[in-house]
Amino acid sequence: MTHPTNALNPSGFGRTTRPDAWWLQPAVVLFGLSAFIVYSTWAAFQGVHYYYGPYVSPFYSPELLGESPHSWFGPKPSWWFSWLPWSPAFLILWAPGGFRLTCYYYRGAYYKAFWADPPACAVGEPRKRYLGEGSFPLILQNVHRYFLYVALAFLVFLTYDVWKALWFEDLVTGQVHFGVGVGTLVLATNVTLLGGYTLGCHSLRHLVGGRHDHLSERPVRRTAYSCVSCLNQRHMMFAWLSLFWVGFSDLYVRLCSMGVWTDWRIF
Amino acid sequence: MAQAIFRIWRGDSGGGEFRDYATEVTSGMVVLDVVRQIQAEQAHDLALRWNCKAGKCGSCSAEVNGMPKLMCMSRTSDLPLEKPVTVQPMKAFPLIKDLVTDVSWNYRVKKKIKPFRPRKPDEKDGTWRMAQSDVDRSMEFRKCIECFLCQDVCHVLREHRLLDEFIGPRFLVHIAALEMHPLDTENRLEDLRKEHGIGYCNITKCCTKVCPEDITITDNAIIPLKERVVDVSYDPIRRFLARYRRKASAVGLAS
Repeated sequence: MTHPTNALNPSGFGRTTRPDAWWLQPAVVLFGLSAFIVYSTWAAFQGVHYYYGPYVSPFYSPELLGESPHSWFGPKPSWWFSWLPWSPAFLILWAPGGFRLTCYYYRGAYYKAFWADPPACAVGEPRKRYLGEGSFPLILQNVHRYFLYVALAFLVFLTYDVWKALWFEDLVTGQVHFGVGVGTLVLATNVTLLGGYTLGCHSLRHLVGGRHDHLSERPVRRTAYSCVSCLNQRHMMFAWLSLFWVGFSDLYVRLCSMGVWTDWRIF
Repeated sequence: MAQAIFRIWRGDSGGGEFRDYATEVTSGMVVLDVVRQIQAEQAHDLALRWNCKAGKCGSCSAEVNGMPKLMCMSRTSDLPLEKPVTVQPMKAFPLIKDLVTDVSWNYRVKKKIKPFRPRKPDEKDGTWRMAQSDVDRSMEFRKCIECFLCQDVCHVLREHRLLDEFIGPRFLVHIAALEMHPLDTENRLEDLRKEHGIGYCNITKCCTKVCPEDITITDNAIIPLKERVVDVSYDPIRRFLARYRRKASAVGLAS
């Protein structure tokens, strides 16, 4: 069935009668996400300066295989192809990357900023064909909840990293003692913001209680649903704050490891 | 009092143009006041639809400076009056005349949605008992005044014209109200995926942005429905567990 269109305001990329700076928000998103992708890719390829004392960069944690003392299962495998680039980050970054890529908030944001689909509300688009998320490849976005399960495990690992960042080794005596450095606070802030983001996930909201219509009969689920809903209302804020801070945490550890920054001990 | 220019679309399905009307704008006026003033003083044949002037009937939907809005809820004090203010009909629907569009497609879509089907009454007198907290969630969606601004701004309908494949945010909200209702027993999830095209929504949140009733359309209605569709169509583990529970229930292993 054909549906008549309005004669006015024909479609076309960027066509709109909006007089405001509608392009600003997608431009900021484009810049912010691009900057993060470039930095995180660069940092992942480095393979060095990702730990400093008790600190380990969140881009490299958990370090499954690697050369640092934080490695879980020893050094890089000897059978690794010599022509293939190696970094401990390659083994794990797919998980948080996939979680963010399939996140409901980011999807809406990058469809606008990167694909102009649409560029902004009530603004014309560059292409007529549209498949949406009901067809390949975007139907794969429905895998989001599986990335959520892995992201929840990562929260545990990163919390353990904060615990480890509380124990400093005396270089003279070799004794380990409790302490708090600026790096400890950086990593603790990182896991807090990631927690705010991950625990406010739309899929988690559904899984803990949203799928039920009789939550009054399930008090634990009802409480969990309320808590996740509370964080979910600030999902965009936590998405951006955690994105920035996870990059900054890597930068902090990296610059301390390179000797550019000094990690001040608070006590 | 200020002089302002209102650039209003004049025409019908055969074509038309924007015409400028210079008029006085006084404190407290909304766009609907101005358009009616222009109709009374300068353009007696200007067609517009309005009724309550209180943001509750959903009749005066239009696009003010390019954004779908209720004219009666658009304060002139929020507009940059030093530039011409554009007022045009909703783009997603066929134009009848000037600011009036034919929104009957929406009524036809609504008929395709499976209606409310309550469980058997809880009491002998034919009544039900339900917790307020359970019904609160769907009450948000009952605030909808069917102004169809969300349908107008949705790029799937507005730009891609997929009116046969996608029912639009208004009716996803309607289905959410039914699906999440504690008494409802109907299952609309398969329809949502196939007939109603929920997969076309790519979560731009424009519908939420323009809703005059501040319904959190995307986060509270569409995404939860998408997740329910994932449960039954795209999540193999949940489908396996659901099948296992059904079998266990059949042989009396589970409640």
